[in-house]
Amino acid sequence: MEGKLLPMKTSKVSFLFLGALVTQLVSWSASAATQLQGAGATFPAPLYQRWIAEYSKANPDVQINYQGVGSGAGIKQFTQNLVSFGASDAAMTDKEIAAVKQGVMLIPATAGSIVLAYNLPGVDNLKLSREAYVGIFLGKIAKWNDPAIAKTNEGVNLPNSPITVCTRSDGSGTTFVFTKHLSAISPEFKDKVGEGTSVTWPTGVAGKGNDGVTALIKQNRGAIGYVEYGYAIHNKLPFATLQNKAGEFVTATTASEEAALATTQFPPNLLRAWPSDPDCKECYPIATFTWLLLYQKYDNAQTAEAVKKFVNFGLTDGQKFSEELGYIPLPKAVADKSLEVLKTVQ
Amino acid sequence: MASGERTSPAGNKMRKIKRRLDLFMVLTWVASIAAVVTLLWILESIVTPAWPVIQHTGLSFFASAVWDVNRDRYGALPFLIGTAVSSLIALIIALPLGLFIALFLSENFLPLGVRHAIRFVVELLAAIPSVVYGLWGIAVVIPLVQHFGGYLSDYLGFIPLFSGPATGNSMLTASLVLAIMVLPTITAISRTALVAVPPTLREGSYAVGATRWETIFRVLLPTAAPGIVAATILAFGRAMGETMAVAMLIGNSPRLSWSLLSPAGTLAGLLANQFGEAQGLQISALMYAALALVVLTLFVNMAGEAVLRRAEKATAGIR
Repeated sequence: MEGKLLPMKTSKVSFLFLGALVTQLVSWSASAATQLQGAGATFPAPLYQRWIAEYSKANPDVQINYQGVGSGAGIKQFTQNLVSFGASDAAMTDKEIAAVKQGVMLIPATAGSIVLAYNLPGVDNLKLSREAYVGIFLGKIAKWNDPAIAKTNEGVNLPNSPITVCTRSDGSGTTFVFTKHLSAISPEFKDKVGEGTSVTWPTGVAGKGNDGVTALIKQNRGAIGYVEYGYAIHNKLPFATLQNKAGEFVTATTASEEAALATTQFPPNLLRAWPSDPDCKECYPIATFTWLLLYQKYDNAQTAEAVKKFVNFGLTDGQKFSEELGYIPLPKAVADKSLEVLKTVQ
Repeated sequence: MASGERTSPAGNKMRKIKRRLDLFMVLTWVASIAAVVTLLWILESIVTPAWPVIQHTGLSFFASAVWDVNRDRYGALPFLIGTAVSSLIALIIALPLGLFIALFLSENFLPLGVRHAIRFVVELLAAIPSVVYGLWGIAVVIPLVQHFGGYLSDYLGFIPLFSGPATGNSMLTASLVLAIMVLPTITAISRTALVAVPPTLREGSYAVGATRWETIFRVLLPTAAPGIVAATILAFGRAMGETMAVAMLIGNSPRLSWSLLSPAGTLAGLLANQFGEAQGLQISALMYAALALVVLTLFVNMAGEAVLRRAEKATAGIR
């Protein structure tokens, strides 16, 4: 008898419990604030997270969530309408833009630079000429004491040891920007490797993500690899001073990167351009913007308003967090253009 | 059951148990069919997206050594070879080692308690998460390979297998760590096979005057051989499918190289590295590579199971 009654009791109780849970959930979602979902590039993720944290303090009614899933995955989710905004280091191609039926607004949100970090104990200030670093990444310069490197590093004791080139194993906006630069300065590189988010490197080892490449550089003595500036700084890896188009050797600093970004010429209707090989004396050669991807026309006016307010915050007040996190604040002219475009989002 | 007993409490209970058993049967049926359906479902969801590349390249996908995402050309040969070679080297290292451990644990060299303790520790190796092996490889094996690999390439560099430059993240590093990862598989199954050899065989061998080592090499090992072969094949399957540790250590290079000191790549590592950011035809190519990996590991595991089953039957005959 008891055996019969007990299951009934428990099922009644569990039904009651379930019911209570459902009503609770419903009431939560009804009172929930506007929710924004963002996904995309990993490189600006720390900055965007900071923006979100700061913005939420002043606007507790808006919940924003950003996932650093990578530029390619970000574009995919943005195209499939799974997020309220995307983010990409490689912007979007014309073909990708055409696939989004609500229309796309590319908004440069912050900027950064790519440095060649290395692991060569005893060498603190490596200077690499344009032919040297192209040669290294083409696999043509394989030893540290190669004349092409020695020429620009007089008095430095370069070891007769092999160079381990560290690259990305996954698709990446960082690779896109770096290969774009190498292709711009070397026809041979353009022909043999080309530019893209994922290329086949003629030499070296590969790791996943900026952190993966950073780890490879740390692990392998004699390694050199391309990573975002912030990663080299946080991991205290030395990085090379590079020769720019004007022939000057320039190290990556906020000033030299800002100078490089200032040379960018945007086409009239689209804020999409890369300073692939900036031409000025004080320019660091490899700098890039990174973009937020917004829809031209949102289905939900409330979402549109929330996105606009948040991005507006990022483009104005948010810029002051750039430097401490290893990013370059947007040049004034670019920030103004971004804000103008932002106004047209519906 | 007599009809008069039907209404009795005992009869009621019996029927209840029977009904429950039926329900239990249905549940087990559903569960086992669900497992089969899941496998087919996984295969289907790999084949469908892979179809454009399968149709376009067919088997030449596995003959081409060019994996160039940028130009939409996909060939999986380097990864196929990387998978096979890293697993083979791991086996070459782990098989003798694992076999010695299994012998040691099945003979009475040490008191039973100590043997149990050692066996427990070896089997614990299987419980260590893959990523921890990867970290250990980074901290310990990479510096070792870089250091000794340098000497190897300096003195034996004329042999293509050891030609330089020696990189820390290389085929050799990945294989060494894989060897340790498959050690518990080899040891556990081989030990079971050795223990299952009937004591009468050993006694017979001693009776005709064989020494302990003669008994081990001429009687015990041959009798347990099918089980040891099965252990090896299963370990091979495990090594081929291993992803995280290998991706962290092998260097993920899409280039073919003779040298063990060069970076290489495996199918599993390729998928883990590239899938997240893959687009268009690349997704299709990766799915095709995934299909190859699934078919390979399924085949190897099935072969291992088959040999193991035959081995069990064979020793059962002797008993």
